Amino acid sequence: MIGLEPLLVSPTSLTEAYTLLAPTHGADDGAGPWRPIAGGTDVMVQLAAAAGEAESSTAETPSGPGRLLDLWGLDELRGIGLSEDGRELVLGALTTYTEIRRSPLCATHLPALAEAAATIGAAQIQNRGTLGGNVVNASPAGDTLPVLLAADARIVLGSARGERSVAAVDFWPAYRRTVRADDELVLRLRIPLPTRREMRFRKVGTRRAQAISKVVVALAWREDGGVWRDVRLAFGSVAATPIRAHETEAVLEGAAPRQTVADHAVAVLGRELQPIDDIRSTAAYRSAVAGRVLHRLLRDAGGW
Amino acid sequence: MSIDVVVNGERAALDVPGSRRLLDVLREDLGLTGTKEGCGEGECGACSVLVDGAVVDSCLVPVAQVAGRSVRTVEGLAGPGGRLSVLQRAFLETGGAQCGICTPGMLIAGVAFLESGAAATDEAIREAIAGNLCRCTGYTKIVEAIALAAERGAGPDAGAGHEAGAGAEDAGADESAGPDDGAEPTYPPGSR
Repeated sequence: MIGLEPLLVSPTSLTEAYTLLAPTHGADDGAGPWRPIAGGTDVMVQLAAAAGEAESSTAETPSGPGRLLDLWGLDELRGIGLSEDGRELVLGALTTYTEIRRSPLCATHLPALAEAAATIGAAQIQNRGTLGGNVVNASPAGDTLPVLLAADARIVLGSARGERSVAAVDFWPAYRRTVRADDELVLRLRIPLPTRREMRFRKVGTRRAQAISKVVVALAWREDGGVWRDVRLAFGSVAATPIRAHETEAVLEGAAPRQTVADHAVAVLGRELQPIDDIRSTAAYRSAVAGRVLHRLLRDAGGW
Repeated sequence: MSIDVVVNGERAALDVPGSRRLLDVLREDLGLTGTKEGCGEGECGACSVLVDGAVVDSCLVPVAQVAGRSVRTVEGLAGPGGRLSVLQRAFLETGGAQCGICTPGMLIAGVAFLESGAAATDEAIREAIAGNLCRCTGYTKIVEAIALAAERGAGPDAGAGHEAGAGAEDAGADESAGPDDGAEPTYPPGSR
């Protein structure tokens, strides 16, 4: 069993959550910042690990989060819909992977996100894990994050101070870091829906379910008179954060998916990506696979 | 803090810290030790339970999040008198249970799948239990058990996955009964 049972508070409205998170209720009472928790698929694992450390250490103070802000009851943060002008897909932060997989709107407008959701964990995780959680957990291996990057998603944060929206490309400044302030919550994701955008998603892991990615890729473009425009190439698990491969994108921008273009893009990608060795894979494998996956996606798109 | 929840059809008012794992509350506070802890980090599925019909890993659920909801564990699968469900009997018949540690979670994942009404193809069944690890069976017999239960009508219209129709209740000896000497297996053993 778990030895540490931190205080958990379940606000019933966003306003109540904002009040709890406001700095006057924050660090000055010695309890430290609130740790928001949604489906628990990351936070509960981290709590268990902290409890294990506390049991095996002689330290007086455990390292786990002092208190949890339970978001699960905030229905304001659920739901998938279109913006009023119909130009954006809007997903509440508490949208689960199961809900994404079942959503007709996602199937129509952003099937790559549904594909990504289907590769995360298995039924147990998909029923609980949330899109907002994937975003704030800020793992470089978060499987939806390359899709969000390739889709030019914006992440809407809210607090008692108001709301702001941050482009996905600016959201993860460093390993496991986000630009979210302690008093802010991720409220929703806004994904623009340009006409004729195509997107492809690939995840490479040890098995189809329950695997953490070795490499995860999302590629988006709009075809315009035989060439590609607005190319977005995003990767997970190959850097300290989810990233876009801007140099490789530049090779593909304004080009057509021909073999010579693909060869060149892969060569540039090989120089651009600087993955590392870790417990899940090696830098060499990740580089090789990233290039192969890109080549294959271009070949499929070009029909050669 | 009191947390009201329905577990296997019975109301419970729990006076426990809200961040306590549902798994621990089930096992230690409610004595429902059928749900097992394997990895404790959402990888193995041994602690799977149904919350409002959806399969979840109970090691990852703070108990506060099941307030007002309905939880079903492996103890809730058997019918009146401990009559095993169609799926449980199918596990016995195909040899889908060996050491038993994964079995409660496999049954729960199987129930979630059968109650979804999805077509019981090999691929769909394998996806449905992809979050449950088994180190004994090689999975084949578990997949066969779920397919067999689907074939016998354990689906969304069969209520709790018990014998379809009331006939089974009064039929006495049933040709498709368990693997032993004709006595129908029950849970707990000998509970009839």
